[in-house]
This record gives sequence, structure tokens and C-alpha cells, in this order.
Amino acid sequence: MKKYQLGEFEEIVILTIGVLYKEAYGVSIKREIESRLSRKVSMGALHTALVRLEDKGYVKSFSGETTQERSGRPKRYFQITALGKKAMEYSKDTRNELWRAIPKVALDLKVIG
Amino acid sequence: MSHIEQKPPKYFLLFFRWYCHPKLRDHIEGDLLEEYRVHVKILGRRTADRKFIAEVMLLFRPGIIRPVERYRNVNQLAMYKSYFKIGWRNMVKDKGYSIINIGGLALGIAVAMMIALWVHHELSFNKHNEHYERVAAVMQHNTIDGNIETWNSQSFQLGDELRNNYGSNFTRVVMSSFPVSSILSDEKTTISAEGSFMEAEAPELLSLKMLRGTRKALHDPTSILLSESASKSLFGNEDPVGKILKIDNGIDVKVTAVYQDLPDNSSFQNGLSFIAPLEILVKRGGTNLTWGGNFLQVFVQVADNVRMDEVSAAIKDIKIKNLDKREAGFKSQLFLLPMSQWHLHSTFKNGINTGGQIDLVWQLGSIGAFVLLLACINFMNLSTARAQKRAKEVGVRKVVGSARSQLVGQFFSESLLVVSLAFMFAILLVQLGLPSFNEISEKRIIIVWLDPLLWLVMISFIFLISIVAGSYPALYLSAFKPIKVLKGSFSRADNSALLRKVLVIVQFAVTVTLIIGTTIVYQQIQFVKNRPIGYDLSGLIAIPIKTKEVKNNSDALTTHLLAEGIASNVATSETTITNLWWSDTGYQWNNKDPNLQDNIYRGAVSYEFGRTVGWKIKEGRDFSRDFLSDSSAMILNEAAVRYMGFDHPIGETIKRYDRSYTVIGVVQDMLTQSVYGSNKQTVFLLDPFDQANFINVRISPQMPMSKAIEKISNAFVKINPATPFEYTFADDEFAEKVSSEERIGKLAAIFAVLAILISCLGLFGLASFVAEQRIKEIGVRKVLGASVFNVWKMLSNDFLGLVGVAILIASPVAYYLMAAWLLNYDYHMEMSWWTFVVAGLIAMLITLSTVSYQAIKAARANPVKSLRTE
Repeated sequence: MKKYQLGEFEEIVILTIGVLYKEAYGVSIKREIESRLSRKVSMGALHTALVRLEDKGYVKSFSGETTQERSGRPKRYFQITALGKKAMEYSKDTRNELWRAIPKVALDLKVIG
Repeated sequence: MSHIEQKPPKYFLLFFRWYCHPKLRDHIEGDLLEEYRVHVKILGRRTADRKFIAEVMLLFRPGIIRPVERYRNVNQLAMYKSYFKIGWRNMVKDKGYSIINIGGLALGIAVAMMIALWVHHELSFNKHNEHYERVAAVMQHNTIDGNIETWNSQSFQLGDELRNNYGSNFTRVVMSSFPVSSILSDEKTTISAEGSFMEAEAPELLSLKMLRGTRKALHDPTSILLSESASKSLFGNEDPVGKILKIDNGIDVKVTAVYQDLPDNSSFQNGLSFIAPLEILVKRGGTNLTWGGNFLQVFVQVADNVRMDEVSAAIKDIKIKNLDKREAGFKSQLFLLPMSQWHLHSTFKNGINTGGQIDLVWQLGSIGAFVLLLACINFMNLSTARAQKRAKEVGVRKVVGSARSQLVGQFFSESLLVVSLAFMFAILLVQLGLPSFNEISEKRIIIVWLDPLLWLVMISFIFLISIVAGSYPALYLSAFKPIKVLKGSFSRADNSALLRKVLVIVQFAVTVTLIIGTTIVYQQIQFVKNRPIGYDLSGLIAIPIKTKEVKNNSDALTTHLLAEGIASNVATSETTITNLWWSDTGYQWNNKDPNLQDNIYRGAVSYEFGRTVGWKIKEGRDFSRDFLSDSSAMILNEAAVRYMGFDHPIGETIKRYDRSYTVIGVVQDMLTQSVYGSNKQTVFLLDPFDQANFINVRISPQMPMSKAIEKISNAFVKINPATPFEYTFADDEFAEKVSSEERIGKLAAIFAVLAILISCLGLFGLASFVAEQRIKEIGVRKVLGASVFNVWKMLSNDFLGLVGVAILIASPVAYYLMAAWLLNYDYHMEMSWWTFVVAGLIAMLITLSTVSYQAIKAARANPVKSLRTE
């Protein structure tokens, strides 16, 4: 049974929120992912992921300031919660464990092959 | 780059706003806009637009889309139950208000329902006929003295002319006599019945429902068709087909069929107890069969492939082609009046259809609508007035979390509750009131309770009234700001008070208009009733001469009645004095304008006629048996003297009927036709054609009426054993002339009284509310020394002011409406200013007495009590 459910894209999003720290809101997260990972991210995918993360309690959000470019619509900033941090750590640990469990030969072979 | 150019595609943005969950909408929209602006700068507008659209489409996915319903109530039933429970409690708590509210509304709905039933009945006339769309009556316009008069009578020649020369236009042409009162007898029973003589296709044209026999039954020239009720009174429950009957003790006919009585809403409802072949009437003689003799009606069924107005235009000149020179001067023009217009649109003024009964439908219909409006206004006024009482409730509800839509629902369901209750009472009232309503309106309206349409209409009306009457309270009350209401700074001089005032003014304007209208209708009826008639109505009866024996024995009857002292005078005549309808043309006199197409009314009478009816000779002398020459004597009325332009009429010679007459006397104008029309030029001559149709009897003043009738009846039956005794009172006949106006008058009066009652109920409720609202103020005033009278004056003044404004609005409106109504009558009274003053005073008085009860009650209350509370 999985303790913490965190999908692949969700993981990327929550990591990016961490990277941006206090500046994590919709557009900035999107740009960050797009530049760092060189992949296209649609608003739809991003916001669905954000909603899910919030529902799971991994991030929390609050309304921020508005700007002219946003025609007065407020920004919504996201922040990682303690639970979110645990989920990230869990995810990282399980992967590290998996990495460690791979016999050296398997990787070498792959390199040669 | 200007700001305007940076707007993303509008409809996609709207679409996004529509589907997006409200919680997410703002910041996602912000993200979208921010991205869009950046894209515009870097990539240009087109690409930015395309990207924006793509983003919006990709956002359309679960998690972003809002749920379908905003509130997910698992069970709404509890909510509605609570609405009605609270509504009921509110009603029971304020019993006085509720009774006024429901009672007023019920009264208004009942009135509107009754009028609606009546209107429906009027509009349904003749619709039962299978050929409703295609049947028409042939009418004619005639120009007489420069005026176009319109008749429904036609000549005997027209039927064949239409059939032979215009046959392709018609499926059927049926000539019919006007209803004739005839005596039908078999060996045992004799009855007097109103029926018509018609051509063979009549049953098909009238789409009679045959109970026995077929619609072909009239093809036999010696047949007679009986209505169900005539058959019942002649033969009871026996099968009448094949039995032999005598018509007016003359011709033998055989019953060939029985048809169902025509329904109440048929133009043939009266006067179709039997149908006999037209040939019988023609063979009997005494009818003018030329083109000039208009004694028939002609009905046609227009062929399916032609239009009614085309046929109407095609037959226009038939008469003028066939008339001789003398009569062609009337410029007769034929036209068709479709069956759909017979009942409601049958009045013509100078050749133009001006409506008719439809006016009454509109008049009563609008009265009904207005009474309903009054009741709705009451309801709204009382509800908004009560708003203050419930303001706190609304505040608390809102604080606890009620949405505005829920409060609207609450108030609407309360008004639905009240309206439904009012409807139930209204139905009860209608059921109780319908018999009296039928009696006054002379209808036989019944409610078909099983008619689904009726229920559909009623239920939609319940909802309509709930929404109309409940909308203001619902929207007004639910808009209260909880903070204001609960803090107590809720202002009372708000615009709802203004609206209430306006509504009261509207209400009383309508009421005052109704009072004035009713008064004027009543005055006009009295005015025509008091019109000088020129003869004596009391104790004058007319016995119709229907059979040969009555005609032959009329001298014997006269002698008997005079000898016994039953009658003081007896005379025969062609028409009764109350309805002298015979008019014709072709009179010649000295200095007659050669262009004048004369039309003169004629009374063919016996020597004693003048003394019997009690006319007043102005000049010359009455007919007298002492003068042998009187067989060619003529008496003119004053109108005829003016018409012919005589200065000294006595001794003038007038030619007509191939004979010369000498004027021997002038009689004062008499009311012999419509009470609303002018007196017509009339000549009286001693019956030259032996055409007596009536025996006029002046009962001797010493003899009590009932005893006299009994004696006349006995004598009549003894002398004429085969004829039933029938008679009419002249004063009844006269009253009949104003009966339709009296009916309107009565109905208008009843509705006016109900309207006043409804308005008063509302006013009463409002007054009590105002008194309650100002109770503290009144207390303070009393403490400071105001008298009961002062307080009473203060409270009453407000309402009197409103009613005063209403009177000012209503008077000119009523004047305008009633002036138009009076113009319908040639003989009408002039409206006087005091009618309006009195109506206004009555309205003031009613207001004052309604308000005073509450005002005095409030004024007399002990100020200690009202000031101590809180």
C-alpha cells in the first residue's frame, strides 16, 4: 500500500513549487517547468495538478497581490506543507532505495549494450 | 500597444468563466491573461489568440469545471415543507390580516372567474356547428334618407337566384322564415311554440343532432321536425315519428324527425322548437313574393374552394339588378355576414360593422380584470406593510446563512399558499353565486369540473397570481440588509410606502370609476324609462290572432268583453303599439321632394285602436264609425307631419296602395320602436288589407287585473275552442326594450359593490397597520395633550388625501368612457357634474368609515400601555 500518493507530474510541480519558494504561482510554476525540463505544460494540466495537490494537503495556497497584466485578478501563491514535504521525501527515498537495489552489472551491461 | 488590443478572444474568456469552478476562476483567469499578454508581446496577436483558445479548451477538464449544481441538497423536500410550515404559522399568527388577505383575494378571483366563464360562453357562440367556418347569413345595406340601414331580411326570389346563377359559390342555400309563434296540435294536446319554416337543407346547414330520423327528413313538403323539448311536451316519451300534427289548426303535417334542442350558445337557441317546410308558409299566402318583399332570412354554406369575402363581393349587386325603379332607389347591396360574427359583431352603423355584443364582452371583461387587479393590489399592499414585522426574521435568517434565493422561495411559497387558499374559497363562491349570476345575465352557464382545460387554466392562474402578487414582497423583503435590520436602524420612510400610496390611488381610481359608471348607466336607464311614450301602458294587453277562428270570432269576443264590463275598449291591429315595425315606401303627397326616397312606418288598425291604447289627438279628430268616408282616412303622428313638411296637415291627400287617403287628424308622437331611437314618422289607417294580427284589450279600470285575465281567458276559450289563450302585457313588452341595458346595469352595480368591498378590505388592513406602526407616536401625542379627535383626524387625513387624488384621476377617465357609452344611444341623457361630486363624496365617506374604526381604536388606546412596552 502506498503511503503517499504522488504522480509523476505532480511531483514535478511540487518540486518546482519548492524551487520557486515564495514566488510560486500559476504562471511562474509553468515557466519554471518549461525552462528547466524543456517540455510544454498546459494551464489545464498544471492547474488540475495544483488542485489535486491541494486536495491531498501537500500544498496550501493563498491569494496574493494583483498586477496590471492580470487585469486585477489576484495571483494565487502555493506553498509546500509539512505533509507535502514528507510525501516528497518518501518519494525521493523510495527511488533512492530502488537505485541502490539495482545490481551494478545491470547498469554496466546496459551501458555496453 | 494599446490596452484595448490586448484583450483575448471574448467568447472563449466568457466560456471559461462559465464553466470554471468559482473558487478557481479568478486566479486561473489571471494566469491566462498574464500569459496572453506576454504571448502578444513576443509572438504577436494571432498566435497569442490561438494559444489562449487552446489553453481554454485544455482547461475544460474535471477538477476545473464547476459542479452542475451550486448547492447539493440531498433532499429538497424538507426545505419546501419548512417553507409551507413557516408560511402557515405566519398566517395563523396574524388571523386578521390573513382573513382580509384571503377574503379579498378570494372575492376578486371569484368575480374574475365568473366573468371569465361568461366571456368564454359568449365567445363560444355557434362553434358547435360543423360548418362554423363556412356558414353565413345574407344581409343587405339600404340607403334610406341618406343613412345606410342594414337588414338581415331578404326576399323570396333571392334563394333561387343564388342557386341558379351563383351556384358554384355555395354548397347550400337555405331560406328560412323568422321565428314564428305557431300552434301545434294533435288530437289530445295543443301547444304554442316558436319555430321556423325552412328549406329542405336546413338540418344539414344547422348541423342538427338528430335523435330520430335523419337530416333528410325535411325534404317531404308535408313534414315537420320537432325539437326534443317540443316533442316531449306534445307526446311525452312516445316516439313521435309518423304522427300527424296540425299547424295553426290549418295544415296537416307528419312528424318525420326529432332533433336535440340547440345549445344555449347558439344563435338559434330561441325560436327553433320546430322546423317545417318553407312551402307551407308560402302556400298559406299573404306574403310578398317579389324582389321587394323582405320577409325571409337566407343562410348559405360557402363552397370549400372559395373565400367568403370573394363571394360577398360577387353577390353585391344582385338585388339592384332585379328591383323595379321605385325600390331600386334604396341602393340595396348584399353581403355575407359569417357565422363567427353573428353573435358578437352584428351591429351596423351607416353600413359599417361597429361590433355589437363584443363591446359588452370587452366592458365586462375589463371590469373583471380590474377587480382582480384590485384584489392583487390588496395582497401586495398588505404584504409589504407587514414587511416591517418580518424584517428581523429576514435579518436572522440571512445571518444564519440563508441565501437570497431561499428567502425569495420562502415568500413565494407563502404567497402561493395564500393564493391557493383564496382560490379554493373563490371556487366555492363561484359555485354558490353562479345561479344568481345566471339569473341576472340570463344565461345558463355551468362549470364543467372534469374539463382538463379548466384545471390547466386555474392552476396556471394560481401560479400567475402568486408570482404577480407575491413578487414585490418576495423581492423587496429578501433584499433587506441584515446589519441594518438587526441594528434597528431600518428606515421606515422607504420607497415601499410610496409604492403603497400609488397602489391605493390606483385602487380607488378604479373603484371611483366603477361607481360613476354604474351611476350613469342607472341614470340612463331611468331616463329612457321615463321617456314620454304618448299612450297608456297599464292594463293594456295584446292577444295574438294565430288561427282563423280567432280572426273570425274577434267581433264576438269584443262584444262579450265590452258587455261584461271586463274591457273598456277593444281594437284589432296589424302590429302592437309597443312594437310597430311595418315600414314601406311609395307614399305621395303634395310638394314631396322628388328625390326623396321615402320610408314611412304604418299602423293598420281598427276604429277603436286610438281609444284603446289611449293616444292623444293634437289636431283634427280620431277615426270614427260615424263617418263613412273614414275607410280612406289617415292619421299622422307629429314626426310624419314634420317629415312631409305640412303646415296644416288636416285635409291633405296622401296616396299609397293605389288609393288616396285624407288626413283627418294628427296624433302626438308615440314610442313605438326602440326607446333609444328617435320617434319615427308614422301613419295610421283603417286596416285596408284585413291583416289584423292582434286584439288589443284595455281592461276596465274597475276590474282587478287577475280577475280580468281569468275572465278574458274563459271567454276566449269558449269562443275559440281550438286555440290556446295567449296574451302579453304592454308594460312587459315595454320593459323588455330596456332589459338588456338593465342587465348591464345590474351586473355593473354588483361588480362595483364588490370592487368597493375589496378596496375597503385593503384599506382596513392598511389602516390597522399604520395605526400599529405609529402607536408610540400616538402615545406621545396623547401624553402631550392631543385629543381623540386630533389623532383621528391625523390618521384619516393621509388616506383621504390618497382617495382625493384617486377621485381627481378617476373623474375625467369616467367622463370620457361614459360619454362614449352614451353616444351609442340616440336618446340619451346629459351627464351632470353632481354625479361626479356625489360619487366622490361616497368614496370619501366609505374611506372615512373604513379608516375611522382603526383610527379611533388607536386614538382611544391608553398611552401608558403603548409607551411602557419595550
